[in-house]
Amino acid sequence: MQPEPFTRLEAYSLVLPQSNIDTDQIIPARFLTTTSREGLGKGAFYDWRYTGDDVPKNATPFPVEGAGERKILVAGANFGCGSSREHAPWALLDYGFRAVISSDIADIFKSNALKNGLLPVEIDRTTHAKLMEQPGIRIVIDLERCLIETEHGLRAEFAVEPFARRCLLDGVDPLGHILAQESAIAAFEDAR
Amino acid sequence: MTDAARPRSLFDKLWDAHVVVPESEDSPAILFIDLHLVHEVTSPQAFAMLEERGLAVRRPDCTQATLDHSTPTLPAGADGRLPYATEAAEKQVRQLEENCARHGIDLLGLDDPRRGIVHVVGPELGLTQPGKTIVCGDSHTSTHGAFGALAFGIGTTEVGHVLATQCVLQRKPKSMRIDFEGELAPGVGAKDMALAMIAQIGADGGQGYAVEFAGPAVEALSMEGRMTLCNMAIEAGARVGMVAPDQTTFDYIEGRERAPQGEAWDAALERWRALPSDPGAAFDREVRVDAAAIRPMITFGVSPDAAAPAGGRAPIPATAGEREAADYMRFIPDRPFAEMAVNRVFIGSCTNSRLSDLREAAEVMRGRQVAKGITALVVPGSEAVRRAAEAEGLDTVFLESGAEWRLPGCSMCIAMNGDQGAPGDLVVSTSNRNFVGRQGKGVRTVLAGPATAAACAIAGRIVDPSDYLNGEAARAA
Ligand code: SF4
Repeated sequence: MQPEPFTRLEAYSLVLPQSNIDTDQIIPARFLTTTSREGLGKGAFYDWRYTGDDVPKNATPFPVEGAGERKILVAGANFGCGSSREHAPWALLDYGFRAVISSDIADIFKSNALKNGLLPVEIDRTTHAKLMEQPGIRIVIDLERCLIETEHGLRAEFAVEPFARRCLLDGVDPLGHILAQESAIAAFEDAR
Repeated sequence: MTDAARPRSLFDKLWDAHVVVPESEDSPAILFIDLHLVHEVTSPQAFAMLEERGLAVRRPDCTQATLDHSTPTLPAGADGRLPYATEAAEKQVRQLEENCARHGIDLLGLDDPRRGIVHVVGPELGLTQPGKTIVCGDSHTSTHGAFGALAFGIGTTEVGHVLATQCVLQRKPKSMRIDFEGELAPGVGAKDMALAMIAQIGADGGQGYAVEFAGPAVEALSMEGRMTLCNMAIEAGARVGMVAPDQTTFDYIEGRERAPQGEAWDAALERWRALPSDPGAAFDREVRVDAAAIRPMITFGVSPDAAAPAGGRAPIPATAGEREAADYMRFIPDRPFAEMAVNRVFIGSCTNSRLSDLREAAEVMRGRQVAKGITALVVPGSEAVRRAAEAEGLDTVFLESGAEWRLPGCSMCIAMNGDQGAPGDLVVSTSNRNFVGRQGKGVRTVLAGPATAAACAIAGRIVDPSDYLNGEAARAA
């Protein structure tokens, strides 16, 4: 399944200022017994959103019905640390997020997010700190120019691994890319 | 100096030997994978993708599956049915059985005497070998780096890539060497080294790096200790943790079911001996850890870098995040950790569920009783560990002390098979993650090594295990 192309996103932010938000927060392990990737939005940040037994918490920045227009998650440093579960980006996407902005994002999460069209955006600490102070502002993420801009004139550049960027912009299929190298793989196997 | 003569690190050598298509500015390298480990949780969607695209598994012979995350650790009931936590968990197990049967993948099924946690069984079978590239849809795949393999966790989409092509797309990470200088004090183990290292460099200190652990204290570790250390590399943010192969490594592998035999063994040894980093090999970052200064460690926060000596005091939180963590964990700043009452103890997980870990815990628990009101769960990492432990009577030691002796699996490490703590419980755990809710909703997790966890079970509070390791003095008092 190919992710939706990603070129430019204009949306509002939802801020979680905590550092080290791990994949067990993003999607608790008890939601991992699924064999599909549909419907995981229910479990996204479940213990942050519900008191248990599906009773929504009062003091939570999360809209009950999904991210809505707040498609951009702005989170503290080292976002997505922990397990390799791809259920984490699946859950965030299903809840309605399309991008995560932080000062640094954990490696495996970043790689998983990119493969599913959830854009991980790592920006400088100063701009990141300012974004964290302004929850709910409008942000434009431009993947062509690798630039974010806010309605109040904040700007920051970000880097995205060039291949992953092409996959998102042009719909390049990573598996197709490897499969196209079949003869090189076969030659490598023969040479051992 | 010509490029060919440039000193290379262990990591460089492993990387170079597996590049099918080199990396360019536009594209990551295509890296060949020698061993793909598969378990029930992160594979179903990958197999589904294969079906969707009409693809076959390219190298079932390089693929090994096991069941561990969702499997019960209690035996089948009177009705002969295993006590799965949910129907979904059982379905996940069935799904892997079906997928493996359909694609010709060897599965260590529920009744297989070799079944166990994926990172325990790979080495046990002799599948984990120096010089191999090893991946698994599981971040603790770094464990296998203990053998001088290039091993790292991947996501489910990549699991699909490896199933279909036996390759992954990867950019070469930066390299770091972490030198443990000096000798460990008695009663200090690999888990303590790992926690001390993470406390020093931070939970994201290894982000973007492949780490090689080196130095006298690492060389002195057993293979099981090295696995514990490499297992925890990911808790410092590093996907890869590795140790150069040496005689300790070769001795561990020799004679195992899937290890090379006869002439192939001699040839393998020759290849493996050439793997350690050349003198003068360059690393992007070098870190020194004073091994002699390490004490038995625990974690006091909700990130693995919040670690300190078990015999010490809780620090005074300095940031909002630290205050929040301290509130959650209910540690009282500047008071001794020893004032913290423990509710549960878990000895298990791919970090600390091997025979030497269980021996370490048993040494503390032998002839002593688990404190009143405390549940202690001992879960061996594999059927082989279970048999070996039972052969030397460790199960009896645990049972007589009042602990539970369970069947192999991930169990309370990830708490998705029904084994979990109750809200508010303080759990001292030999696993690898102290994240909020990791061991059950509202559970407070304290990470520790096996001796410390066992000592906490006996004392009913957080303690440094040293007193319990020094002969009979404190026994059955
Ligand atoms: S024991 Fe824990 S860390 Fe290890 S594979 Fe199982 S769930 Fe993952």
